[in-house]
Amino acid sequence: MSELSAHQRKTAEGLGEAKAEAAMSSIGSHLQTHVREYGMLIALVVIMGFFQVMTDGTLMRPVNLTNLVLQNSYIVIMALGMLLVIVAGHIDLSVGSVAGFVGAVAAVMLVQYDISPLGVIPACLLLGFVIGAAQGYWIAYWRIPSFIVTLAGMLVFRGLTLWVLAGQSVGPFPRSFQLLSTGFIPDLFGVGRPNVTAILLGAITAAALVFMAMRNRQRHTKYGMEDEPFAFFLAKNGLIAAAIVFLSYLLSTYRGFPNVLITMAVLTVIYTFLTNSTTVGRRIYALGGNEKAAKLSGIRTERLTFLTFANMGMLAALAGLIFAARLNTATPKAGVGFELDVIAAVFIGGASMSGGVGKITGAVVGAFIMGVMNNGMSILGIGIDYQQVIKGLVLLAAVIFDVYNKNKAA
Amino acid sequence: MAWKSMEPILEMRGITKSFPGVKALDDVNLKVARGEIHALVGENGAGKSTLMKVLSGVYPHGSYEGEIFFEGRPVAFSGISNSEKIGIIIIHQELALVPLLSIAENIFLGNEIATAGVIDWPETNARTEALLRKVGLREKPSTRVDTLGVGKQQLVEIAKALSKEVKLLILDEPTAALQENDSEKLLDLLLEFKSHGISSILISHKLNEVKRVADTITVLRDGRTVSTLDCQAEQISEEHIIRDMVGRDMAHRYPERTPKIGETLLEVSGWNVWHPLQSERQMIRNVSLTVAAGEVVGIAGLMGSGRTEFAMSLFGRSYGRNISGTVKLRGSEIDVSTVNRAIANGLAYVTEDRKALGLILEENVLRNTTLASLMRVARNGVIDNAEERQVAERYRRALGVRTPSVFQKVMNLSGGNQQKVVLGKWLFTEPEVLILDEPTRGIDVGAKFEIYGIINELAGQGKGVLMISSEMPELLGMCDRIYVMNEGAIVGELAASEASQEKIMSMIVRSKSNV
Repeated sequence: MSELSAHQRKTAEGLGEAKAEAAMSSIGSHLQTHVREYGMLIALVVIMGFFQVMTDGTLMRPVNLTNLVLQNSYIVIMALGMLLVIVAGHIDLSVGSVAGFVGAVAAVMLVQYDISPLGVIPACLLLGFVIGAAQGYWIAYWRIPSFIVTLAGMLVFRGLTLWVLAGQSVGPFPRSFQLLSTGFIPDLFGVGRPNVTAILLGAITAAALVFMAMRNRQRHTKYGMEDEPFAFFLAKNGLIAAAIVFLSYLLSTYRGFPNVLITMAVLTVIYTFLTNSTTVGRRIYALGGNEKAAKLSGIRTERLTFLTFANMGMLAALAGLIFAARLNTATPKAGVGFELDVIAAVFIGGASMSGGVGKITGAVVGAFIMGVMNNGMSILGIGIDYQQVIKGLVLLAAVIFDVYNKNKAA
Repeated sequence: MAWKSMEPILEMRGITKSFPGVKALDDVNLKVARGEIHALVGENGAGKSTLMKVLSGVYPHGSYEGEIFFEGRPVAFSGISNSEKIGIIIIHQELALVPLLSIAENIFLGNEIATAGVIDWPETNARTEALLRKVGLREKPSTRVDTLGVGKQQLVEIAKALSKEVKLLILDEPTAALQENDSEKLLDLLLEFKSHGISSILISHKLNEVKRVADTITVLRDGRTVSTLDCQAEQISEEHIIRDMVGRDMAHRYPERTPKIGETLLEVSGWNVWHPLQSERQMIRNVSLTVAAGEVVGIAGLMGSGRTEFAMSLFGRSYGRNISGTVKLRGSEIDVSTVNRAIANGLAYVTEDRKALGLILEENVLRNTTLASLMRVARNGVIDNAEERQVAERYRRALGVRTPSVFQKVMNLSGGNQQKVVLGKWLFTEPEVLILDEPTRGIDVGAKFEIYGIINELAGQGKGVLMISSEMPELLGMCDRIYVMNEGAIVGELAASEASQEKIMSMIVRSKSNV
């Protein structure tokens, strides 16, 4: 590039400008530019506060908090995959049916064929992968709209669920399989209540998050790409760490961390890393942002779409296993309507229908907004009729908020 | 100069429009006389489009400072329908026609001739025919718009404007996507409108066209009115206009380069391509060409002559079917059957349409820069943020991309800067041969000059450049050698020293009569 240095001199001032701007930006303006990112997190806190007051403190009681995690785990897990699908510019309507189907197959294998959970779980994850791949094949290589392929899949796997179960519920499952969902991390220190392991794990997680955030900030500052005011950074991370420790403490006074919480947390970390830091993640965003340009940049868009759906199938399978384990039975109705909650969670979390935009953390927060509302309204005894109406309006409001912000920025 | 004494049809006084952090327009004045063609020129980002959006009501009254007088009366539009009602019609660069509807349906869309919601088709068709005659378009009113070429679609847009009793017609880069002869027709049409007393504002980058039709030229630079040139009173040279536009003298529109032509780099022979859907239609016929190290080779031709199809089929078979032929680099055959292999074997293709095919508009400069060679800033599939950032900064500086930071979304950049980002992306793949398809389309004079400079530097580094352009002066100014393409075949080859617009055109015309 040395020969191009004539141009270099002309525009070398860029970095300095960015730094000056960063120094000037106050907390207020920072919040304004990142309103979408924090908006939903703030909304979640507000909604939790609202129900905490309305339910006279029932919402945050350790038992209910544990329930909240168990109830939402499968939605969160599927939302991770759905975010990738939606960022890639597609949709998957079949996830509820696939989760139900895989749960049914697992039940039959466990109960009727007496196969060990150690064999059933990997086999079912593979089954999910294959189902996702089969749908992805038509979408990626035959360019059949994902809406249609997965609508077909939704019907097919709903029907197959009925067929596999012969219209009956199948259960109960061996204890070891149930642990997938209803198990808890035992207290290594033998105290029991409060569960010291849980508190410790919470504290370690909080410390690790703060440490990583600081390291990140240091590196960003080194390259002059930090735009977050320091006070804001401190407050944000302090609050998040405090919230984690607090919630861990609450859980520890009941039975500690449920196994699914760990599964969910680990998967969230993995998918956040995948979307933020890997070439595959970057390419999915490019694919959704402009498929033709991505293709002309040498990205194998078909294969990427295919893998995105295969991944979704596998996560739907995992969700199906967890759901079956939680109910301790597989029913023909399992998974009905899940796809709508999952898709709603992703859009509430800020993903764009046209692809290319969305974050894992957003989808997880979106899933918890839906979850807290479900849980809170149920405690209040609000009928399922009103619950649906309110959830629908919240989804609409979140997207309107998005569009409004976008227009304001333009 | 009778119109000088007449009251102006439009006067915009002291228009100031700010966006958060930027003053897009700063005390701009524009006065358009009745019945004149007023050209508005300036670099991209100079504020032309913003000014027209203020005028047409896209930015409503109150969102800007200053006053607008139309036919002597102050006006305050709250939306585009207000301005249309009193006869100000704007035709945007991106055409606003519904492709699946007919010409007649498009012309009267939202303005249907109907009683109680029932459309009077005989009347609609009759009026459409009259309008089409006025703009010189010989098509049936029932013809679907998507079957027309861009040039004819433009005429439909103008007919639509005429259907609304237009007094002031604003054309935003109407000829950017047009062929030479279509552009000519369009300009003639403007002159004819002028004789009927319709005023127009012409926004254009093509100064020869501006010079041909404009009575007055207003030059904008950095959101300010720089000068208003009266073309009737004195002879205005293109150099004069450019000087006002860029604020500096531009002695040569094409930077000097002493060619150092080395060994043959790229050699394509016997390249044949068929249409992707119509299997009997051959799009590229037996094309053979060479590009040497340090050489800038042009491909001239009319739109639809197959230049883009050739380039795309060469670059990873991104176009067409049944592709045959060989590609050699430095004498040995290379595999270009997928985009990845083409990139790996040293080819890069800068697309004609940077927004649709070149960039991820929602993403930032950094991510666009590294997209085609992500592996080079990643280890085991994990992107090294620091290294990626350094790469992006390096190309930003090297190519002079004007952006507040590499984290700016490319959709917020001007056309010229977007094009530099695309170039940066391809330079980072470290290609040996770059195929540049219309590298300066829709970008302003200053940025064009910079792009030319970059092309020359690349050639100076010993890379081969294959440049497709519809602007013949650009090819003549930049290339060492020019191939002429028509109907999918190479119909001639000219060295820079012997090439001229006339020769290129005659090669195209003669080849046509032979086929």
